[in-house]
Amino acid sequence: MDTLNATFSRLGGVYLLPVIMGVLAFVLIGSPSTWVTLTVAGLAMGMMIFLMASGLSLVFGLMDVLNFGHSAFVSFGAFIAASVLAALGSWLTGSSVALNMIALIMAICAATAFGAAAGWFFERVIVRPVYRDHLRQILITMGALIVAEQLLLAIWGGAPVSVARPAVLEGSFVFGTIAIEIYRVFAFLLGLLVYVALYLVLNRTRIGLLIRAGVENREMVEALGFRIDRLFIGVFMAGSALAAMGGAMWAGYQGLITPALGGEMLIIVFIVVIIGGLGSIEGSLLGAIMVGLTANYVAFLMPKLALASNMLLMMAVLLWRPYGLKPAIKG
Amino acid sequence: MISQPLANDTISAPGMSKARTGRMIVYAIVGLIGLALLFAPFLFPEVRSQEVAARICVFIVLVASYDLLLGYTGIVSFAHTMFFGLGAYGAAIALKTMGRGFDAILLGGAAGVAAALVLAILIGLLSLRVKAIFFAMITLAAASVMLVLASQLSDFTGGEDGMTYQIPRFFSPATKLLTDADGKVLRIFDVALDGKIALYYFVFLTSLALFLVMARIVASPLGTVLEAIRENELRAEAIGYRVVLYRTAIFCIAAVIAALAGIVRAVWLKYTGPEVALSFAIMIDILLMVVIGGMGTLIGAIIGVVIMSLAQFYLKDLMQVAADATSGVPLLPELLNPDRWLLWLGVLFILLVYFFPAGIAGTLLGKGGTK
Amino acid sequence: MSDAILRLDDVHTDIAQYRILHGVSFDVPEGGVHVLLGRNGAGKTTTLRTIMGLWRARSGAIVFRHHDITAVRTPDISRLGIAYVPENMGIFGGLTVEENMRLASATGAFDAARLKRIYQLFPAMEKFWDKQAFALSGGQKQMLAISRAIIEPRDLILIDEPTKGLAPSIINAMIEAFQEIGRDTTILLVEQNFHFARSLGRGATVIDDGRIAWNGSMEELAHDEALQTRLLSLSMAEAH
Repeated sequence: MDTLNATFSRLGGVYLLPVIMGVLAFVLIGSPSTWVTLTVAGLAMGMMIFLMASGLSLVFGLMDVLNFGHSAFVSFGAFIAASVLAALGSWLTGSSVALNMIALIMAICAATAFGAAAGWFFERVIVRPVYRDHLRQILITMGALIVAEQLLLAIWGGAPVSVARPAVLEGSFVFGTIAIEIYRVFAFLLGLLVYVALYLVLNRTRIGLLIRAGVENREMVEALGFRIDRLFIGVFMAGSALAAMGGAMWAGYQGLITPALGGEMLIIVFIVVIIGGLGSIEGSLLGAIMVGLTANYVAFLMPKLALASNMLLMMAVLLWRPYGLKPAIKG
Repeated sequence: MISQPLANDTISAPGMSKARTGRMIVYAIVGLIGLALLFAPFLFPEVRSQEVAARICVFIVLVASYDLLLGYTGIVSFAHTMFFGLGAYGAAIALKTMGRGFDAILLGGAAGVAAALVLAILIGLLSLRVKAIFFAMITLAAASVMLVLASQLSDFTGGEDGMTYQIPRFFSPATKLLTDADGKVLRIFDVALDGKIALYYFVFLTSLALFLVMARIVASPLGTVLEAIRENELRAEAIGYRVVLYRTAIFCIAAVIAALAGIVRAVWLKYTGPEVALSFAIMIDILLMVVIGGMGTLIGAIIGVVIMSLAQFYLKDLMQVAADATSGVPLLPELLNPDRWLLWLGVLFILLVYFFPAGIAGTLLGKGGTK
Repeated sequence: MSDAILRLDDVHTDIAQYRILHGVSFDVPEGGVHVLLGRNGAGKTTTLRTIMGLWRARSGAIVFRHHDITAVRTPDISRLGIAYVPENMGIFGGLTVEENMRLASATGAFDAARLKRIYQLFPAMEKFWDKQAFALSGGQKQMLAISRAIIEPRDLILIDEPTKGLAPSIINAMIEAFQEIGRDTTILLVEQNFHFARSLGRGATVIDDGRIAWNGSMEELAHDEALQTRLLSLSMAEAH
């Protein structure tokens, strides 16, 4: 079994899976232009989901804390971004690319900053008192999710909110018969940027070294002289900020958001971290891309199955690898 | 050395009597609730109160069955409404397609229960061996798929709107259970003994029976094993218990009971839809009820359900008053809007989990904090 | 008594509802190897973890070089100059040997002389420097765990059963390494392998059922077989 696994991982291992999915879909779909559109949509969606999932996964890996309230950051991020964009409406509709982008960046930054601040509050008030107590942790973060969703309703009301998109990101790049939405490319690139940044921080810095070590064995990190609680609040804030950023991007992608958004994304994010394996950003990326691609391919090929597709994907992965495709190594 | 036993005595004596008083209080409350439910048609004859009483009966079963998982076994599942919904939809679809007969309830209900059982076995064996947190996520995902299916397969389920249907004639107001000398329906305390009464007592007695079954399960050797597993999984495994099998067993039992409760609910309401049988709002209600009442006490389910049900009605009124009083202040009226009652319940829930993790019944019974 | 680097005074430790240590008191003299012996479940590991702050003492005092560390956080205890090598070695398997070592150094940079000494003690460390630690053998992991403990100058190293599951040849290499390390550092060693303990220990403390059963010099214990049988009968049987 070990040698079999070794052979598989030499060939690229589980990272081959999205590629295999893409090739399979290409054969099934037939039309190259449709395939490109779907693939780009899947990758963009995957990258946004990655933003939401990576924080949850790292927080779990590092501290064994699963935050059911995580999706609250996503929905608050989405609504804050929508509000900022609405307030800067005139900048968005204008033809000035600079103003367009400034408005968008401000919206994303506002959401992200809120996410970091809310993450700080969450960690201090909600999660810290119930470390190492999974049952109460699930209950309390669930309670926090209820409160957060109610606050969202109190502030923005229950009606759907339409999200203004900057003019510069409207429309598509057209190559012959292939059309690619600009916003999707933007979402993909932003997600990629965040992934690369996370990768570099985790693998090239001392903080990253500490995080990776903490994911494996936090007690030993403490015994080596490091305050893991400080590390953890940092990771928690970063994770919440990324979730809010993902929410902001998602708002622009959807164009119309409702308060139910958080709950829907929570399920998807859970599926992603279960598929990818908890505690590693590589796993989150892999899971997110697979979920994004599956959602788009299946929606085209078998629309009836679209809603259950992610669930089926998760079941299949769990049967094969009960701890996900790329879980962090636990010491 | 001498002061130590003295100190112990002074602490333990009032502690003991305190626990005894607490127990008395709990049983007194539960007894009162039981009597109120038993005589509900006579005590609270209005339609709305009847609805509340019937809902309380069904939810006591539903919440108690969830307590079997959460409180007694330490399993966090978000799929409990899924099982509840399977029972409800099973009965509802059969009543809709086969017509208003007990055979439809039996057949449809059996199908619903069987579906719940099969799903519970699958989910249990597939994922109860992993960490509690993983299981919680997987059940959440499964339940969400079921919710989506119910609203998508509208040919069978009526989609988002759900479906209405008729229930056996025996339960209709035209049925005369007892007649007086004139051949008219007999009245006691001005309440007609018609099919509606029969329907209420169908709900009440089924719920009572299911609750007693659960009480029996908890007191049985199975209950003891489950508590041993919850306290120390590795130790239980080392002693030789097949932890996964026991967990799957209790998960299946809870699922079946939830499905049965769903059937009762479907019959009472004459309507089944995502809102009343499958939604996450119900799951959250269950969670709040079991924690407020007291995890791992079973009896706490009764207290939790009643408190939550009353809160749903009276807290809203109270909030309306508060919202009106603060109408000049920004945001505050919005937070005090009766529609936001869940906000305050959520805050209460968090505080409860922090400070009284044993819930009302657990605290009064002196179970102390859970670990 | 003034030469004690570490002093435990009537330490009680509970784990969940279980009382594990019922008043443990002993001194670890400065320099050399002090061995903590006892049967399985006697409370040896709990003692080390309590010193390190990984379990909290319910009562009693732990004093390290005039610092009362009873209520000090684990990272701060570490920074006072105590290293800990747990029974499971605490290796970060997903990290390379180098990264494991880098975490153990206070600044993230290495002192060339200390590194050279480690390479001399354990040549495998140099050989597998860039390899991920999970690929190391059991003995090499133990070497890495000990290297981590000595990459910084430490006053006291707590080591929990380093010979567990190791081949005799590696155990002999360990003895040499510990003798070398013990020259400038104090080691508190938990051990079941009496042969190993005896060849290293200067002082010995025997713990049984959460209490100190015996305290004295290793020489005394090694020559009194009746005493060994009485104190350690079970662990002796298990060691072979």
